[in-house]
Amino acid sequence: MQIQAEVRDARGRTIAPGARVRSGDVEGRVRHVEPEYGVVTIVLEGRAGKGERMVRVSAVEVLEEAPHPAEHEAHADSFIRKYVFSLDHKVIGIQYLFTSLFMALVGGTLAMLIRMQVGWPGTKWGLAAALFPGGFAGGQMKPDFYLAVVTMHGTIMIFFVLTTVLSGGFGNFLIPLQIGARDMAFPWLNMMSYWLLVPAIVVLLTSFFVTGGAAGGGWTAYPPLSAIPHAGPGSGFGQTLWLIALAILIVALLFGSLNYITTILQMRTRGMSMMRLPLTVWGLFITAILMLLSFPVLFAAAIMLLFDRLGGTSFFIPAGVYVGGQVLTHAGGNPLLWQHLFWFLGHPEVYVLILPAMGMVSDIMASEGRKPVFGYTFMVGSIAAIGILSFLVWAHHMYTSGMHPLVAMAFMTTTLAIAVPSAIKTFNWLATLWQARIRFSPQMLFAIGFVSLFVTGGITGIFLAQPPVDVVMHDTYFVVAHFHFVMASAALFGVFAGIYHWFPKMFGRTMNARLGKIHFWLTFVGIYATFFPMHFAGFAGMMRRIYSTQIYAHLQGVGPLNTFISLAAFGLGAAQLLFIYNFLVSLRRGPKAERNPWRATTLEWTAPSPPPHGNFETEPVVYRWAYDYSVPGAAEDFIPQTAPVARAASGVSAPGSGGS
Amino acid sequence: MTDGYETGDARRTGLLLGLLILGMVVAGGVGLTLYARGRWWLPPLASAEGAHIDRLFYSTLIITGIVFVLVHVLLALFVWRFAAHGDRKARHWHDNRRLELTWTIIPAVALTVMVAMAGVVWARTRLAPPATGMVVDVRAEQFAWLSRYPGPDGTFGRVDPTLIHPRTNRMGLDPKDPASADDIVSPELHLVVNEPVRVSLRSTGVIHAFFIPEFRVKQDAVPGVTIQTWFTPTREGRYEIACAELCGIGHYAMKGTVIVQSRDAFNAWLAQQTPALTPAP
Repeated sequence: MQIQAEVRDARGRTIAPGARVRSGDVEGRVRHVEPEYGVVTIVLEGRAGKGERMVRVSAVEVLEEAPHPAEHEAHADSFIRKYVFSLDHKVIGIQYLFTSLFMALVGGTLAMLIRMQVGWPGTKWGLAAALFPGGFAGGQMKPDFYLAVVTMHGTIMIFFVLTTVLSGGFGNFLIPLQIGARDMAFPWLNMMSYWLLVPAIVVLLTSFFVTGGAAGGGWTAYPPLSAIPHAGPGSGFGQTLWLIALAILIVALLFGSLNYITTILQMRTRGMSMMRLPLTVWGLFITAILMLLSFPVLFAAAIMLLFDRLGGTSFFIPAGVYVGGQVLTHAGGNPLLWQHLFWFLGHPEVYVLILPAMGMVSDIMASEGRKPVFGYTFMVGSIAAIGILSFLVWAHHMYTSGMHPLVAMAFMTTTLAIAVPSAIKTFNWLATLWQARIRFSPQMLFAIGFVSLFVTGGITGIFLAQPPVDVVMHDTYFVVAHFHFVMASAALFGVFAGIYHWFPKMFGRTMNARLGKIHFWLTFVGIYATFFPMHFAGFAGMMRRIYSTQIYAHLQGVGPLNTFISLAAFGLGAAQLLFIYNFLVSLRRGPKAERNPWRATTLEWTAPSPPPHGNFETEPVVYRWAYDYSVPGAAEDFIPQTAPVARAASGVSAPGSGGS
Repeated sequence: MTDGYETGDARRTGLLLGLLILGMVVAGGVGLTLYARGRWWLPPLASAEGAHIDRLFYSTLIITGIVFVLVHVLLALFVWRFAAHGDRKARHWHDNRRLELTWTIIPAVALTVMVAMAGVVWARTRLAPPATGMVVDVRAEQFAWLSRYPGPDGTFGRVDPTLIHPRTNRMGLDPKDPASADDIVSPELHLVVNEPVRVSLRSTGVIHAFFIPEFRVKQDAVPGVTIQTWFTPTREGRYEIACAELCGIGHYAMKGTVIVQSRDAFNAWLAQQTPALTPAP
């Protein structure tokens, strides 16, 4: 396979990647040759300017042959060009991955601080007080620091960990590899996307050290609390920095999503029809569309809120607001406008986190179960349906906001409708496991765990979708339990599954499976032990974001429950150290991975591990869908997408396999 | 071809994972829910509307509980049963229109029923305010609740935030409006048992939420607008208003007191109150 006839110019010199060539008035290095079409792609050099040009083989004159055709790209770039300001989608994806994992460490530490306070309110913590002197007074955590920690935990985990690792990390790394492209459509935009994430993080983390501390209005930043700088310590300069950080991040994410959409639509290799795409790519594709349509709304809202804070406008501040002993001069705004704009992003955002994870889990189940994904067409359809419906459910976060009760009825209907495609996906995963041949690699364990968490978190969504029940549960720990299962933990399980699965492709080494399995057991138990009891705190009426449960009569019984949750959370946090250890050690010393260690069908496994700049030695051609596992009569229990369909073969038919 | 995951190892892991799902998720989840009923559950119901809501809550709990158990039992069975072992190959089986339609239509029907059930409860409890019963003006501020009764004239006087004074005029009543003169302002919310009450919610500055767990009522108080919510207390006693929407540094301690009493006791309490604008002697 993949042997390519050599292409030569008129004087018999080889035209291969890396050769310096001239064609008419352009000059440059060959990036890629397509003998079947008789064309050569040249990276322009010298007076011809920058960019790439496609020229005919017949017109090419070789000035200097490529010394080592395959290694050319590796030598061409300096360290900075290759690892720092890289245009290579794989490097950018790994940059996103590392950055997100670092932010996960920050966000996870903040979660531990939250649990210290909620588990043992009023306790003095000598060590923590020494580490965070500004946040503790006399050894006790201060309420403003608590709110800053809660706000930053949510903000970091949602925007700077899960969004960035799934779309930025896996999206960048996997999309070109799985569709058979050499890179993204806009490599420079892609680099800019990552290098905007970095200042966004710097601005965000800096806010911990400014007067008044980091933003304390929750990750939802409802005005007027977030609009009026003197409404509280967390409403000061920290809130301004929070908005700026978010605005920068949104630009980064929009660059990324434009790139993903264009790349998937325009750069699929020959034979890779949309209905042959792996579900990972489908998940990332619909996610990118959601991001492109919803994030600009939050961008606009963030700018408007900045204007309200700094420019004296009144988008979100009504007349006669009295805060801190004075009446503001603002007039004419409406705080509910923010909630509509925020949740118009905020709800699609949770699907931005879950759809890529759903896609990756589907592909991992197929590979590790040696079985095609069940109901591919329905899986694609339900991803698309979830994507569309996700734009029509935002006001289910606002049942108690004062909007008209009939509006709540409409949003209840769309919200419960979204449970149908979610149910289809769940049952299709179960059917995928039916009569599979499961090998319990760490990625498969996390994929199975994902299904469990998604179901547990999904059904509590049915409570919250119904306005009468939501009125009771809204803004309590029941909601906290709900989204930590369905969105946070499930997406996190998708991330872990993805890392164990694609680590060999990313770094050419394999992670330790035994440690990976122990990591799964501890994490799975830890997640349930931490988040399941939160449902009951919610039933008892414990509000979100409260610094102490000791004030209210109805919360007098929740103390032991919260202590238990905190202990479980510490265990869960500690278990992640195992993952960090495994990840770092495997980077340096993990066993070398072959090209296709899991014996999977999709295109990335036909490239070397790790793939060089340009990904594939020759452009892959796709002949079948991504799920030809355990095909009866086949020699192996998988058939790569690049394997031609034997014309005479009988009985083998799959959707998208060419209608045999 | 050994890849380190096949052989007997897979069977053991499959059994372990299946047992963990059955033991921790199914038995643990259901058991903990039953156990929690005695300790960490909805606070004892104390409103007429709450009875409808609680019924809906329990129906949802049962329906979703069945789905929770069913899916997890299947998941546990499959991971145990289909762990790699011996030479058995996976089955190349990936489409079945009838099955797909089954698990599309059954959830769709079940969810439609739930939309109808919840819609009926919502319409009954929230669509139209009660025709009778008193109106109380409840105003949230950072970080306290203040209630106002209209006094004998039955009309609330005008309020103006520029007139707010922390000691002499917390509510910001306008002395020029004659209707203000008899308005009674109280830090406690007094209500009459078995009589519907309309709470007219306002906020001075940031968003708060008026939450009384026993009444199953929660409504945001949004600056710039007045939002009505209503309920019928059914048990006399002391309750608390909790703030459920993050409102700043004192959010966790923004507690108000509610006293539900008989009509006679309420009238007696009201008669003892002096109008808020009475000049201090």
